[in-house]
Amino acid sequence: MHIMEGFLPLEWCIIWFIPSILVVLYGIFRIKKITEEVPESKALLAVSGAFMFILSSLKIPSVTGSCSHPTGNGLGAALFGPAVASVLAAIVLIFQALLLAHGGITTLGANIFSMGIIGPLVGWGVYKALTNESLKINSSIAIFFAAFFANLLTYVTTAIQLSLAFPEPTFAQALTVFMGIFAVTQIPLAIAEGLLTVIIWNGLKSLKPKLLNKLKVINPKYENPMENKSVGDN
Amino acid sequence: MKTRNINIILLILVVIIAIAPMVMYSGLGEDEGYFGGADGEAGAVVEGLGYEPWYESFWEPPSGEIESLLFAVQAAIGAIIIGYFFGYWKAESKYKKE
Repeated sequence: MHIMEGFLPLEWCIIWFIPSILVVLYGIFRIKKITEEVPESKALLAVSGAFMFILSSLKIPSVTGSCSHPTGNGLGAALFGPAVASVLAAIVLIFQALLLAHGGITTLGANIFSMGIIGPLVGWGVYKALTNESLKINSSIAIFFAAFFANLLTYVTTAIQLSLAFPEPTFAQALTVFMGIFAVTQIPLAIAEGLLTVIIWNGLKSLKPKLLNKLKVINPKYENPMENKSVGDN
Repeated sequence: MKTRNINIILLILVVIIAIAPMVMYSGLGEDEGYFGGADGEAGAVVEGLGYEPWYESFWEPPSGEIESLLFAVQAAIGAIIIGYFFGYWKAESKYKKE
Protein backbone atom coordinates (compact mmCIF):
# COMPACT_ATOMS: atom_id res chain seq x y z
CA MET A 1 0.00 0.00 0.00
CA HIS A 2 3.02 2.27 0.01
CA ILE A 3 2.79 4.83 -2.72
CA MET A 4 6.42 5.28 -3.69
CA GLU A 5 8.39 8.48 -3.15
CA GLY A 6 7.60 11.09 -5.79
CA PHE A 7 4.83 9.04 -7.39
CA LEU A 8 2.02 11.44 -6.52
CA PRO A 9 1.70 14.87 -8.14
CA LEU A 10 2.33 17.70 -5.66
CA GLU A 11 -1.33 18.78 -5.39
CA TRP A 12 -2.36 15.25 -4.35
CA CYS A 13 0.47 15.11 -1.81
CA ILE A 14 -0.93 18.25 -0.20
CA ILE A 15 -4.56 17.09 -0.37
CA TRP A 16 -3.74 13.89 1.57
CA PHE A 17 -1.38 15.59 4.00
CA ILE A 18 -4.05 17.93 5.36
CA PRO A 19 -6.48 15.34 6.81
CA SER A 20 -3.58 13.12 7.89
CA ILE A 21 -1.90 15.85 9.94
CA LEU A 22 -5.19 16.78 11.60
CA VAL A 23 -6.06 13.18 12.53
CA VAL A 24 -2.55 12.41 13.80
CA LEU A 25 -2.65 15.53 16.00
CA TYR A 26 -6.05 14.51 17.32
CA GLY A 27 -4.64 11.00 17.91
CA ILE A 28 -1.78 12.43 20.01
CA PHE A 29 -4.36 14.30 22.07
CA ARG A 30 -6.38 11.05 22.47
CA ILE A 31 -3.26 9.14 23.59
CA LYS A 32 -2.60 11.78 26.25
CA LYS A 33 -6.17 11.55 27.46
CA ILE A 34 -6.39 7.74 27.50
CA THR A 35 -3.04 7.26 29.25
CA GLU A 36 -4.03 9.85 31.87
CA GLU A 37 -7.33 8.11 32.56
CA VAL A 38 -5.97 4.56 32.41
CA PRO A 39 -2.19 4.66 33.05
CA GLU A 40 -1.83 0.87 32.59
CA SER A 41 -2.90 1.28 28.98
CA LYS A 42 0.58 2.58 28.05
CA ALA A 43 1.91 -0.98 27.83
CA LEU A 44 -1.05 -1.99 25.68
CA LEU A 45 -0.35 0.97 23.42
CA ALA A 46 3.27 -0.19 23.05
CA VAL A 47 2.07 -3.69 22.18
CA SER A 48 -0.33 -2.34 19.52
CA GLY A 49 2.46 -0.28 17.95
CA ALA A 50 4.85 -3.23 18.13
CA PHE A 51 2.28 -5.47 16.45
CA MET A 52 2.03 -2.98 13.59
CA PHE A 53 5.83 -2.88 13.36
CA ILE A 54 6.06 -6.66 12.99
CA LEU A 55 3.14 -7.13 10.62
CA SER A 56 4.10 -4.36 8.25
CA SER A 57 7.61 -5.81 7.93
CA LEU A 58 6.35 -9.23 6.84
CA LYS A 59 6.14 -9.44 3.08
CA ILE A 60 4.03 -12.43 2.27
CA PRO A 61 3.48 -13.97 -1.17
CA SER A 62 -0.09 -14.02 -2.41
CA VAL A 63 -2.11 -16.09 -4.88
CA THR A 64 -1.70 -13.41 -7.56
CA GLY A 65 2.02 -14.18 -7.60
CA SER A 66 3.13 -10.89 -6.11
CA CYS A 67 4.07 -10.05 -2.55
CA SER A 68 2.48 -7.63 -0.18
CA HIS A 69 2.35 -7.10 3.55
CA PRO A 70 -0.25 -6.97 6.31
CA THR A 71 -0.78 -3.66 8.07
CA GLY A 72 -1.47 -4.50 11.71
CA ASN A 73 -3.77 -1.48 12.02
CA GLY A 74 -6.94 -3.31 13.13
CA LEU A 75 -5.66 -4.18 16.61
CA GLY A 76 -4.76 -0.65 17.69
CA ALA A 77 -8.00 0.68 16.19
CA ALA A 78 -10.18 -1.79 18.09
CA LEU A 79 -8.33 -1.14 21.35
CA PHE A 80 -7.93 2.64 21.26
CA GLY A 81 -9.98 3.99 18.38
CA PRO A 82 -8.93 5.03 14.87
CA ALA A 83 -7.16 8.28 15.75
CA VAL A 84 -4.67 6.54 18.04
CA ALA A 85 -4.02 3.94 15.33
CA SER A 86 -3.20 6.86 12.99
CA VAL A 87 -0.35 7.93 15.27
CA LEU A 88 1.02 4.38 15.39
CA ALA A 89 0.75 4.05 11.60
CA ALA A 90 2.51 7.40 11.14
CA ILE A 91 5.46 6.16 13.24
CA VAL A 92 5.75 2.94 11.20
CA LEU A 93 5.43 4.80 7.89
CA ILE A 94 8.07 7.39 8.81
CA PHE A 95 10.44 4.58 9.84
CA GLN A 96 9.89 2.82 6.52
CA ALA A 97 10.10 5.99 4.43
CA LEU A 98 13.39 7.14 5.98
CA LEU A 99 15.22 3.84 6.50
CA LEU A 100 13.79 1.47 3.93
CA ALA A 101 12.84 3.77 1.02
CA HIS A 102 9.38 2.19 1.30
CA GLY A 103 6.78 4.82 0.70
CA GLY A 104 8.21 8.30 0.99
CA ILE A 105 8.10 11.68 2.63
CA THR A 106 6.16 13.30 -0.21
CA THR A 107 3.61 10.47 -0.19
CA LEU A 108 3.53 10.15 3.61
CA GLY A 109 0.22 12.00 3.86
CA ALA A 110 -1.45 9.68 1.33
CA ASN A 111 -0.03 6.58 3.01
CA ILE A 112 -1.11 7.73 6.49
CA PHE A 113 -4.55 8.40 5.04
CA SER A 114 -4.92 4.79 3.83
CA MET A 115 -3.10 2.83 6.55
CA GLY A 116 -3.71 5.23 9.43
CA ILE A 117 -7.16 6.66 8.80
CA ILE A 118 -9.45 4.67 6.47
CA GLY A 119 -8.17 1.21 7.47
CA PRO A 120 -8.41 1.82 11.24
CA LEU A 121 -11.72 3.68 10.89
CA VAL A 122 -13.27 0.70 9.08
CA GLY A 123 -11.69 -1.81 11.51
CA TRP A 124 -12.94 0.13 14.51
CA GLY A 125 -16.42 0.46 13.00
CA VAL A 126 -16.60 -3.27 12.24
CA TYR A 127 -15.42 -4.14 15.75
CA LYS A 128 -17.91 -1.81 17.42
CA ALA A 129 -20.77 -3.02 15.22
CA LEU A 130 -20.10 -6.72 15.84
CA THR A 131 -19.61 -6.41 19.60
CA ASN A 132 -22.68 -4.23 19.90
CA GLU A 133 -25.31 -4.97 22.57
CA SER A 134 -27.70 -6.44 20.02
CA LEU A 135 -25.24 -8.80 18.30
CA LYS A 136 -23.12 -9.87 21.31
CA ILE A 137 -20.55 -11.58 19.10
CA ASN A 138 -17.49 -12.94 20.91
CA SER A 139 -14.70 -10.37 20.67
CA SER A 140 -12.20 -12.88 19.20
CA ILE A 141 -14.47 -13.32 16.18
CA ALA A 142 -15.18 -9.59 15.96
CA ILE A 143 -11.45 -8.77 15.96
CA PHE A 144 -10.88 -11.16 13.04
CA PHE A 145 -13.31 -9.23 10.85
CA ALA A 146 -12.05 -5.89 12.16
CA ALA A 147 -8.47 -6.76 11.19
CA PHE A 148 -9.54 -8.30 7.87
CA PHE A 149 -11.46 -5.22 6.75
CA ALA A 150 -8.94 -2.73 8.13
CA ASN A 151 -6.24 -4.43 6.07
CA LEU A 152 -8.30 -4.76 2.91
CA LEU A 153 -9.71 -1.23 3.01
CA THR A 154 -6.20 0.17 3.48
CA TYR A 155 -5.27 -1.26 0.10
CA VAL A 156 -8.56 -0.32 -1.54
CA THR A 157 -7.85 3.26 -0.42
CA THR A 158 -4.39 3.16 -2.00
CA ALA A 159 -5.94 1.92 -5.26
CA ILE A 160 -8.48 4.76 -5.17
CA GLN A 161 -5.77 7.35 -4.39
CA LEU A 162 -3.67 6.25 -7.36
CA SER A 163 -6.72 6.17 -9.66
CA LEU A 164 -7.67 9.71 -8.60
CA ALA A 165 -4.17 10.96 -9.35
CA PHE A 166 -3.83 8.98 -12.61
CA PRO A 167 -7.34 8.55 -14.11
CA GLU A 168 -5.94 7.10 -17.37
CA PRO A 169 -7.87 6.60 -19.57
CA THR A 170 -10.77 6.98 -17.14
CA PHE A 171 -11.02 6.81 -13.34
CA ALA A 172 -13.00 3.53 -13.50
CA GLN A 173 -10.50 1.80 -15.77
CA ALA A 174 -7.55 2.97 -13.70
CA LEU A 175 -9.33 1.75 -10.59
CA THR A 176 -9.75 -1.73 -12.11
CA VAL A 177 -6.01 -1.89 -12.79
CA PHE A 178 -4.92 -0.68 -9.33
CA MET A 179 -7.56 -2.78 -7.54
CA GLY A 180 -6.22 -5.80 -9.41
CA ILE A 181 -2.72 -5.04 -8.17
CA PHE A 182 -3.56 -4.18 -4.57
CA ALA A 183 -6.95 -5.46 -3.45
CA VAL A 184 -6.94 -8.92 -5.06
CA THR A 185 -3.39 -9.64 -3.86
CA GLN A 186 -4.46 -8.51 -0.43
CA ILE A 187 -7.42 -10.84 0.22
CA PRO A 188 -5.42 -13.87 1.46
CA LEU A 189 -3.09 -11.56 3.37
CA ALA A 190 -6.06 -9.88 5.04
CA ILE A 191 -7.21 -13.33 6.19
CA ALA A 192 -3.70 -14.04 7.52
CA GLU A 193 -3.68 -10.71 9.33
CA GLY A 194 -7.11 -11.47 10.81
CA LEU A 195 -5.88 -14.81 12.15
CA LEU A 196 -2.68 -13.31 13.61
CA THR A 197 -4.70 -10.57 15.27
CA VAL A 198 -7.01 -13.18 16.85
CA ILE A 199 -3.96 -14.94 18.34
CA ILE A 200 -2.62 -11.79 20.00
CA TRP A 201 -6.17 -10.82 21.00
CA ASN A 202 -6.66 -14.16 22.78
CA GLY A 203 -3.43 -13.51 24.65
CA LEU A 204 -4.49 -10.02 25.70
CA LYS A 205 -7.91 -11.25 26.75
CA SER A 206 -6.50 -13.93 29.03
CA LEU A 207 -3.70 -11.80 30.51
CA LYS A 208 -5.34 -8.38 30.80
CA PRO A 209 -9.13 -8.88 30.89
CA LYS A 210 -9.66 -6.09 33.44
CA LEU A 211 -7.68 -3.59 31.40
CA LEU A 212 -9.66 -4.42 28.23
CA ASN A 213 -12.81 -4.06 30.25
CA LYS A 214 -11.69 -0.68 31.58
CA LEU A 215 -11.04 0.51 28.02
CA LYS A 216 -14.60 -0.68 27.22
CA VAL A 217 -13.26 -3.00 24.54
CA ILE A 218 -14.75 -6.21 25.86
CA ASN A 219 -17.84 -6.88 27.86
CA PRO A 220 -17.15 -9.88 30.11
CA LYS A 221 -20.81 -10.85 29.94
CA TYR A 222 -20.53 -11.82 26.28
CA GLU A 223 -17.21 -13.61 26.47
CA ASN A 224 -17.20 -17.36 26.68
CA PRO A 225 -16.11 -17.99 30.29
CA MET A 226 -14.34 -21.22 29.29
CA GLU A 227 -12.15 -19.28 26.92
CA ASN A 228 -11.19 -16.68 29.44
CA LYS A 229 -9.68 -19.20 31.80
CA SER A 230 -7.97 -21.50 29.39
CA VAL A 231 -4.88 -19.75 27.95
CA GLY A 232 -1.84 -20.86 29.89
CA ASP A 233 -2.27 -23.10 32.85
CA ASN A 234 -3.07 -20.70 35.62
CA MET B 1 -11.11 -26.47 22.90
CA LYS B 2 -8.35 -24.71 24.78
CA THR B 3 -7.49 -21.28 23.48
CA ARG B 4 -3.88 -22.38 23.17
CA ASN B 5 -4.86 -25.15 20.76
CA ILE B 6 -7.02 -22.73 18.78
CA ASN B 7 -4.03 -20.39 18.52
CA ILE B 8 -1.82 -23.19 17.20
CA ILE B 9 -4.40 -24.05 14.54
CA LEU B 10 -4.70 -20.39 13.53
CA LEU B 11 -0.92 -20.12 13.24
CA ILE B 12 -0.80 -23.22 11.01
CA LEU B 13 -3.47 -21.63 8.77
CA VAL B 14 -1.33 -18.49 8.43
CA VAL B 15 1.64 -20.63 7.40
CA ILE B 16 -0.52 -22.43 4.80
CA ILE B 17 -1.70 -19.08 3.38
CA ALA B 18 1.93 -17.99 3.02
CA ILE B 19 3.16 -21.25 1.49
CA ALA B 20 0.28 -21.87 -0.95
CA PRO B 21 1.39 -19.27 -3.54
CA MET B 22 4.92 -20.67 -3.52
CA VAL B 23 3.51 -24.12 -4.30
CA MET B 24 1.14 -22.72 -6.95
CA TYR B 25 3.96 -20.94 -8.73
CA SER B 26 6.77 -23.29 -7.81
CA GLY B 27 9.78 -23.02 -10.07
CA LEU B 28 8.92 -19.46 -11.01
CA GLY B 29 10.84 -16.57 -9.58
CA GLU B 30 11.59 -12.89 -9.86
CA ASP B 31 13.04 -13.35 -13.36
CA GLU B 32 9.67 -14.58 -14.61
CA GLY B 33 7.92 -11.67 -12.94
CA TYR B 34 6.72 -13.52 -9.86
CA PHE B 35 6.91 -12.62 -6.18
CA GLY B 36 7.79 -8.98 -6.72
CA GLY B 37 6.20 -6.33 -4.51
CA ALA B 38 2.73 -4.97 -5.27
CA ASP B 39 3.99 -1.46 -4.46
CA GLY B 40 6.59 -1.68 -7.22
CA GLU B 41 4.03 -3.09 -9.66
CA ALA B 42 1.76 -0.08 -9.09
CA GLY B 43 4.79 2.18 -9.55
CA ALA B 44 5.53 0.50 -12.89
CA VAL B 45 1.94 1.12 -14.06
CA VAL B 46 2.25 4.81 -13.18
CA GLU B 47 5.60 5.07 -14.95
CA GLY B 48 4.04 3.29 -17.93
CA LEU B 49 1.67 6.27 -18.28
CA GLY B 50 4.71 8.44 -18.91
CA TYR B 51 4.77 9.92 -15.41
CA GLU B 52 8.18 10.85 -14.05
CA PRO B 53 8.53 10.74 -10.23
CA TRP B 54 9.35 14.29 -9.21
CA TYR B 55 11.17 13.39 -6.04
CA GLU B 56 13.52 10.56 -5.14
CA SER B 57 14.11 9.01 -1.73
CA PHE B 58 17.15 10.83 -0.37
CA TRP B 59 18.45 7.58 1.08
CA GLU B 60 17.89 4.04 -0.07
CA PRO B 61 19.32 0.84 1.35
CA PRO B 62 22.35 0.34 -0.91
CA SER B 63 21.62 -3.37 -1.47
CA GLY B 64 19.02 -6.06 -0.94
CA GLU B 65 21.09 -7.43 1.92
CA ILE B 66 20.97 -4.15 3.81
CA GLU B 67 17.28 -3.78 3.09
CA SER B 68 16.62 -7.21 4.60
CA LEU B 69 18.75 -6.20 7.61
CA LEU B 70 16.53 -3.19 8.21
CA PHE B 71 13.33 -5.19 7.77
CA ALA B 72 14.62 -7.74 10.28
CA VAL B 73 15.42 -4.91 12.71
CA GLN B 74 11.89 -3.58 12.28
CA ALA B 75 10.35 -6.97 13.08
CA ALA B 76 12.77 -7.52 15.97
CA ILE B 77 11.83 -4.20 17.61
CA GLY B 78 8.19 -5.22 17.49
CA ALA B 79 8.84 -8.76 18.74
CA ILE B 80 10.96 -7.58 21.69
CA ILE B 81 8.23 -5.22 22.88
CA ILE B 82 5.44 -7.80 22.58
CA GLY B 83 7.52 -10.55 24.20
CA TYR B 84 8.54 -8.27 27.06
CA PHE B 85 5.01 -7.23 27.97
CA PHE B 86 3.42 -10.66 27.50
CA GLY B 87 6.09 -12.21 29.73
CA TYR B 88 5.62 -9.43 32.27
CA TRP B 89 1.84 -9.82 32.33
CA LYS B 90 2.03 -13.59 32.51
CA ALA B 91 4.33 -13.50 35.54
CA GLU B 92 2.26 -10.72 37.10
CA SER B 93 -0.95 -12.75 36.94
CA LYS B 94 0.86 -15.85 38.21
CA TYR B 95 2.43 -14.25 41.28
CA LYS B 96 -0.63 -12.23 42.21
CA LYS B 97 -2.51 -15.45 42.78
CA GLU B 98 0.11 -17.11 44.95
